[in-house]
Amino acid sequence: MTETQARADIPALKETARLLRKDIIEMTTKAGSGHPSSSMSAAEVVAGLYFGGILRHNPAEPKWPDRDRFVLSKGHACPVLYAALANTGYFPLEWMDHLREIDAPLEGHPNYLRVPGAEASTGSLGQGLSIGVGMAMAGHMDNKDYKVYVMTGDGEIEEGQIWEAAASAAKFYLPNIVWIIDRNGFQQTGSTKDVMPMDPLAEKATAFGWHVREINGQDMAEVMDALEEAKSYHEGPYCLICNTKKGAGVSFVEGNFHYHGKALTVEETHRALLELGWTAEAAKYAKG
Amino acid sequence: MAIGDIAGLKLGPATRDAFGEALVELGGRKPEIVVVDADLANSTMASKFQTAYPDRFIEVGIAESNMVGVAAGLATCGKEAWATSFSVFLLANAYDQIRVSVAYPKLNVKLCGSHSGISIGPDGPSQMGIEDIALACALPGFTVIVPCDAEQTKAAVQAASALDGPVFIRTGRSKTPVIYANGNSFTLGKANTIREGKDITLIACGLTVALALDAAKLLADQGIEARVLDMATVKPLDEEAVAKAAKETKGIVVIEEHLLDGGLGSRVAMAAAKTSPAPMAFVAVDNTFAESGLPEDVLKKYGFTPENVVTAAKSVLSR
Repeated sequence: MTETQARADIPALKETARLLRKDIIEMTTKAGSGHPSSSMSAAEVVAGLYFGGILRHNPAEPKWPDRDRFVLSKGHACPVLYAALANTGYFPLEWMDHLREIDAPLEGHPNYLRVPGAEASTGSLGQGLSIGVGMAMAGHMDNKDYKVYVMTGDGEIEEGQIWEAAASAAKFYLPNIVWIIDRNGFQQTGSTKDVMPMDPLAEKATAFGWHVREINGQDMAEVMDALEEAKSYHEGPYCLICNTKKGAGVSFVEGNFHYHGKALTVEETHRALLELGWTAEAAKYAKG
Repeated sequence: MAIGDIAGLKLGPATRDAFGEALVELGGRKPEIVVVDADLANSTMASKFQTAYPDRFIEVGIAESNMVGVAAGLATCGKEAWATSFSVFLLANAYDQIRVSVAYPKLNVKLCGSHSGISIGPDGPSQMGIEDIALACALPGFTVIVPCDAEQTKAAVQAASALDGPVFIRTGRSKTPVIYANGNSFTLGKANTIREGKDITLIACGLTVALALDAAKLLADQGIEARVLDMATVKPLDEEAVAKAAKETKGIVVIEEHLLDGGLGSRVAMAAAKTSPAPMAFVAVDNTFAESGLPEDVLKKYGFTPENVVTAAKSVLSR
């Protein structure tokens, strides 16, 4: 049984985040649709979880009962999850070439029954934290020491169910749940501050009974430091607010909500991959 | 005159009480059973399980959506999670959670909705689950069971537990006429023929099974022999029994304490239409919310009387 992977160093993890971004862009461009920018804001955190020795898991045995769980509640950001799962060996890399295609397992939002390593079917926002609470409760009942990590968006937390779940995790004083908020500042129709401000967020989560830490979610060293703290924290539920940028890593997508739910064009893909330093891959999308 | 009196049925425990007892029995046998509740355990009778197995009882407060999500999370970890509430709060309030977090991944979550139908009486329409069967049946892969008495409820809970997948069981608040004195009360997916008859078929589930027996007695007094089918499993429906009824009798009356839209009647009509179209009539709540009142008054006002079933049956026979 594979235990925790050896911790990768920060430069290597930055490279991994760069790899995830390439895969995110390429798979959504091939699909012609998807949510690349919501995926890219989460690249560092997902790289840290799957490649930084945070998750105790075994890609060869996705249902290993003692595994840590990662629930991607913001299911539309599944390209980042698919890229992590493919690159850790849950399924062949080629699956990413068929994102959102009929008969192919990588659907537009994660399907628990078809994607090895997907811990829940998500895609209707607001439901993942409750599922995580259930998983954490089961671990508690069975005297298992696994940890449950749930990533929500910051727009997603406008759903009332999130706060029902937050209250219940605090009530049960769950020492094995980590709520990661990918706070990229945007949702489908605009900035979260315009659509429905949830500030002061850290104070809200604290008031709901969570230990809260706020970081720059694009800074790999800060991300690793916080994830390691969250992993070793056992005093109750832990909330990690990651301040990120939607589309982080590609200048013309960064902070531009018009890219929500939209794949890059071939020309944009070329530019984006060049910016990320994937020169050879970028050439595949060059004109002529 | 109460439902079941004409047929000479004795009054037994409420189906919700039987549900609570069945949960306790199940809990003793299966350590993987966990019950999640949203502040109504003493109404749904999940409180019996809470008393017996406090360590496997999770109270999430008045938060049905979270309750269903927690049940889903437990199920992914090998638990058999039972979530309970009033049927309307469970199905109508947490519908998307049931749909995406439970039905779509086909998780082993069992839902029990109590206080179904208009017979809850004085609390009024906000508390009456009259669209719950339609909502539950619309969920792909769901099994939907509406037991008619205590004995059948216990058998249904056992059957639901034996099934690996999502189930909705609908129970009622009031004491219920005893249909099954002992044994053979429930086979998943099979209708029970509880009265033979060649002239017309009455199909019912839940409290209306007793009403169908009352009506059958009145019809017999007038020389009309009614077959009575207890259709406890609404989904998957016993289509064979429906086809047989359509062929062997002159028509069908469906009686259900639910809206006409999308309930047992719709499903029976669909089944009949596929193989053996038959004249049909329906006794159900027709495109309206009910109102507060004593259970017997509410039932009477909305047509749940033996006489009304007899009228419906005759209208079918006259076609």
